[in-house]
Amino acid sequence: MATLVYLEHHDGELVKGSLGVLAKARQLDDEPAAVVCGSGVRELAAEAGRYGAARIHVADDVALEAPLPQPRVDVLASLVSEQGFDTVLFGASVLTADVAAALAARLGAGLNWDLVDLQVRDGELVGTRPALQDSVHVEVGWSAEPRLALVRSGTFDPVEAGGDADVVDVAAELEDFSRRAVMVESAHAESEGPSIEEADVIVAGGRGLGDPEKFGLLEELAKALGGAVAATRAVVDAGWYPYAAQVGQTGKNVSPKLYVACGISGAIQHKVGMQSSGTIVAINKDPNAPIFEYADLGVVGDLHEIVPKLTELVRGRKSA
Amino acid sequence: MKVVVCVKEVPEASARTRIDPGTKRLDRGGAAALNPFDAHAIEEALRLVAAAGDGEVVALMMAPEGAADSLRKALAMGADRAVHVADDALAGSDLVATARVLAKAVEREEADVVVLGQQGSDSDGAVLWSALADLLRLPVVSQAASLELADGKVTVKRQTEYGYDVIESPLPCVVAVSDAINEPRYPSLKGIMGAKKKPYESLAASDLGLAAEEVGEAGSRTVVRSLSEPPARGDAVRIEDGDGDAAEQVLAFLVERKLL
Repeated sequence: MATLVYLEHHDGELVKGSLGVLAKARQLDDEPAAVVCGSGVRELAAEAGRYGAARIHVADDVALEAPLPQPRVDVLASLVSEQGFDTVLFGASVLTADVAAALAARLGAGLNWDLVDLQVRDGELVGTRPALQDSVHVEVGWSAEPRLALVRSGTFDPVEAGGDADVVDVAAELEDFSRRAVMVESAHAESEGPSIEEADVIVAGGRGLGDPEKFGLLEELAKALGGAVAATRAVVDAGWYPYAAQVGQTGKNVSPKLYVACGISGAIQHKVGMQSSGTIVAINKDPNAPIFEYADLGVVGDLHEIVPKLTELVRGRKSA
Repeated sequence: MKVVVCVKEVPEASARTRIDPGTKRLDRGGAAALNPFDAHAIEEALRLVAAAGDGEVVALMMAPEGAADSLRKALAMGADRAVHVADDALAGSDLVATARVLAKAVEREEADVVVLGQQGSDSDGAVLWSALADLLRLPVVSQAASLELADGKVTVKRQTEYGYDVIESPLPCVVAVSDAINEPRYPSLKGIMGAKKKPYESLAASDLGLAAEEVGEAGSRTVVRSLSEPPARGDAVRIEDGDGDAAEQVLAFLVERKLL
């Protein structure tokens, strides 16, 4: 195999999800290569050697500074064609999903997404993709090379296994249409207080809360349980709760020991951010809410009654 | 202002969906509906044309012939015209094969903006716009939480893992909108009646100049090998709060799991 792993970076660090994919690539291919695109990223790229990359291609160009997909597609398309990579792997994110799909179109290649495993079986690459609310696992493959794959975020952990790697410069020759969309503002939210990514317990709220003030109920319960409060995209976009607390595909990926979902239907956008939680408790009025499909304990009922009562019970137990 | 909105039909949310073990494709035999995420794309397309003062919204769908009702819903919401690409040769098209078909159909329209919804509720696919934009050689912006049109360009507030970015793109361009961008209107009775009289064009792959080897299974480079049961998550417990003691039961559960 000649494998290329796309490494995403943010705020001067390689993203954990893509380093996890690199660790997986190393199980499939003794000498996987990596590629990093950005501006002023040569030093950062070199770090990928520690995580198992045998060779690192770096496209370092001011035109690649903003995290926009299309200039990256141009870089990858020529790299894959010139170097003859037969497999290109991505850790899924907002950026890489767009990069991978456009690259597939450009190269006339097959892209499988949302994979939770990759294996080589009888010399063939096989991916595992959960489908229909994870009720079935589909084994997917490719009928031609290059084979492109997006791995579900948080699936694999990074492994510090390697050493130094060769760093090779790649020219960024961009298509005219790839430069037309420009980023004019990047308003990245700063988180305050304990981050939901570090909390052992998360109490999360969605549209089913009814109005923004009801987050107070969740804050009380979170305090009693010694945890943090999180929110779905719908309520964050509606301005009910800060973006820093958003769990989901766009938002944070969390895996606390306990996740209490209140008034959350459980759309896939939310699910991908919290499905690796240890125990999931869901409280929702709608007995058909998809979240019940993957909750360990599903409570069909009114959260406005149950949550305050539960808070009292938890407090009582802790003070006893 | 001409806006093309790409839509698809999916199994209805309440329907029990399954993958046909024979074809290894989604069984589309049951009740079907317009992909709910696409209603937001139609709404945004209608708003764009309304903001521009005049223009046209064209709803485009690639689906078997029987899917016409979903496309008519787009007309009932207010789209001016429908283009339905239906051809048995298209069955089994993967991402890139599907993007090829839509790209050819969009090219005929010379649209200013192409709008797509955030994902297909059946496949959880959330990448089509980017493949489409690449084939059309147009700029693309995804995850749009708001979309404004002024001075021949769109300004998109886009949500990522790290917060909101603002991206500008000149026209023509492709935009994928999130389901938080708007509340889709319900078709009015007048809209539903009027939809029957609106232009409805049906096309085959050959009408788009596509060769058989570019589409369907022949044009796809991904394959489905087999289906299996996912590993169980453990026994799920369900409580109906009939007796009003749900909070007590949750507490007992947390204690049993040593989470308190």
